[in-house]
Order: sequence, then structure tokens, then C-alpha cells
Amino acid sequence: MRTEDMLKILHQYREDAIVIPGRGGNHWIKMSTKPERDLAFRGTAMGGRSSFALGLALARPDEKIILLDSEGDILMGLGALATIADKRPSNLYHFILDNECYATTGGQPVPNAKKIRYDLLAQGAGYPSSHAFDELDDFSSNIEAILNEPGPVFVSAKVEPENVNEPIATRRRWQTRSNEQVIVDFKNALGPRAA
Amino acid sequence: MTEEQALLSPEVVVQDLKENGVTHVVWLPDSETNFLYMLMKEEPKLDLVPVGREGNAFSTAAGLSVGGAKPVILIQNTGMMESGDSMRGWALALNIPIVIMIGYRGWTRHGKTQDTAAIYIEPFLNAFNIKYFLIENNDDAPRISWAFEEAEKTQRPVAVLIGDEYHGFHR
Repeated sequence: MRTEDMLKILHQYREDAIVIPGRGGNHWIKMSTKPERDLAFRGTAMGGRSSFALGLALARPDEKIILLDSEGDILMGLGALATIADKRPSNLYHFILDNECYATTGGQPVPNAKKIRYDLLAQGAGYPSSHAFDELDDFSSNIEAILNEPGPVFVSAKVEPENVNEPIATRRRWQTRSNEQVIVDFKNALGPRAA
Repeated sequence: MTEEQALLSPEVVVQDLKENGVTHVVWLPDSETNFLYMLMKEEPKLDLVPVGREGNAFSTAAGLSVGGAKPVILIQNTGMMESGDSMRGWALALNIPIVIMIGYRGWTRHGKTQDTAAIYIEPFLNAFNIKYFLIENNDDAPRISWAFEEAEKTQRPVAVLIGDEYHGFHR
């Protein structure tokens, strides 16, 4: 499925959720109607997005957190799956966009790209709920129910790669705000954390 | 110096964490701070978040901090060096005021330092321009609060190196 099509469907069911748009960010920021609740950062370290989402979910247990992760990130930080399962945040919805490759470096395949089952990795780590989708129709039919499950929920979605073959210095950034501004807007929108 | 003064009491460390408003301890076990971990586990005001790789501690702590909580990271010097890019990308890039308590494996005040984990940790922190404090006994404990103050003031990570030459963390 195309990432943009998948995210358009997800967006219909977002409601007030906080979204960490990660690898789908270039599409997400064009459709999001609540940018103050989007944590679209630049220059973070690959492999840490799921841990970041876990920390946020623990700090804000009354907010629904939707993470758009990638299979490359998962492979760099597999241990995070165990920590998420251990802490069991009921408000965390962990999606990965699995394009089977490192798209931002030209499309080289990730290890064992065609055979690895990320939904089973999450299940084996202890996520109480785990799903995998190859087809948009199937994803569309199930997404509303998935977002009503208690978390942590893992959703692996096969998407078409959108390869980039330019040096980083010449690429146009899709993020429209600085990291500082993203955090200021976010904190203003949410207000102080309950003690 | 009396024997009591020569110890860094884990109870003092836990009290410092509570006084500084820490809500979560993101940690991976290390050989220098196990007794501290056992005490923290019994402390209801501290939520322990175990990670499988120290690099994940920085992204976890960043999420907690952005969400309004006040985490501290507890890892060993070996794990600190493993975490370089995570600290860059999640703590420095997002201006996270996080205190990192680092078990200083191999630290010795006297004689020759043999352990490469000890040899490289201070140059490593200096390379990232991370300010650090060394604590070896209870008299040094106020440095923990100084580290929290420095992190808030600078909106950057600040390290506390827990030296192991004298104290009783291995009780």
C-alpha cells in the first residue's frame, strides 16, 4: 500500500491523539489538522523513536499516543519492544511502516527484508496485541477497532518504498518547525502534567 | 575521614533524587549501582523503566521529559559510551535537561587505572561537551543537586560519575 493512502485512513480516526509521525512525517504534516499535537522532530537518532513514544506514553497516561515507526528503526532498537511490553502503556499505538529497505539512503534492503515478521517480534516481546497488514482495504476495515483496543498495540503495515537518492545536505526538509518550537507548541497545547 | 564518611550511601542518593523531583529512573543494571537499584525498587515515588540497551535510555528519557515528567538515567560508563548518537539525537537535539548517573567502573583515585571503561569515559563526555560531577562519598552528595540545577539551567544533559573506590554499593 502507499504510505499516503494508509495515513489518510489513519487520520480519519486520529481524534485527539498525539502523533509522532516519524517516517511518515512528510505525508502526515500535510494532512494533520492538529499540528500542535504532532511531534515531528528533525535530527533525532535512528532506532530511538519507539522508546521516545514509550516515555511520552508513561508521562501522559491519559493521552492516546500514536507512533509511526519504521522497520529500520525497530531493527536498530529491538530491546525497546521488551521495555514497552514490560511497562505495558495502555495508551500506546505503535505502527511501523515496513518498506523493506533503507529508503532515505537509496533503498538498500534491511536484513532479511522479505521474510522477517515484525508483528511476531512484537508478540514475542510481550505486546498484548499485534497486527500485520499488506493491503489497504484490510487495514481500513480494521483500524477503528484497533485504535479502541487497550495498548500497547503493535501494527505492522507493508508500504511501498519512497526512495531518496540525494545527499542529505541537498535535501529539502519536510519539517516546518524547529524542534524547540515543536516542543513549545506541544506543551502549550497539553498544559502541565498531572502530578 | 571516618569509615561512614568514606561511604556513598545509596539512601542518600535516593533521597537526593526524591528532593529533586525525579519521577522516573531509566536504567540498565551495572556493576557499581546494584544496591541503589534495590532501594529504588522499593521507593513508591520512583517509577523504574528498564531498558535493554543504554542508547534507548536517552530516547525514553526524552519522551518522559517532553511529556512533563522528570526522569534520571542510571547506567554504567560502558553504556554511556554506547549511547553517543542517542544522546546527540534525543537529548542534545531536543534540549532535554537530563541528569545521567553513571557507574564509574574501573575508577581509582590512586594508582594506575587499568580499565578502559574508566580511561575513556571522561574524554567521551568532554567530546560531547557534557559537564560532569564526580561523587565518591556522602560529602559529595550535594553535587547531585548541583547536577540537576545545571541541567535545568542549561537545558542539556549533565553527568554524575559515581566513583567506586571506597563506598558500599557492593554491600
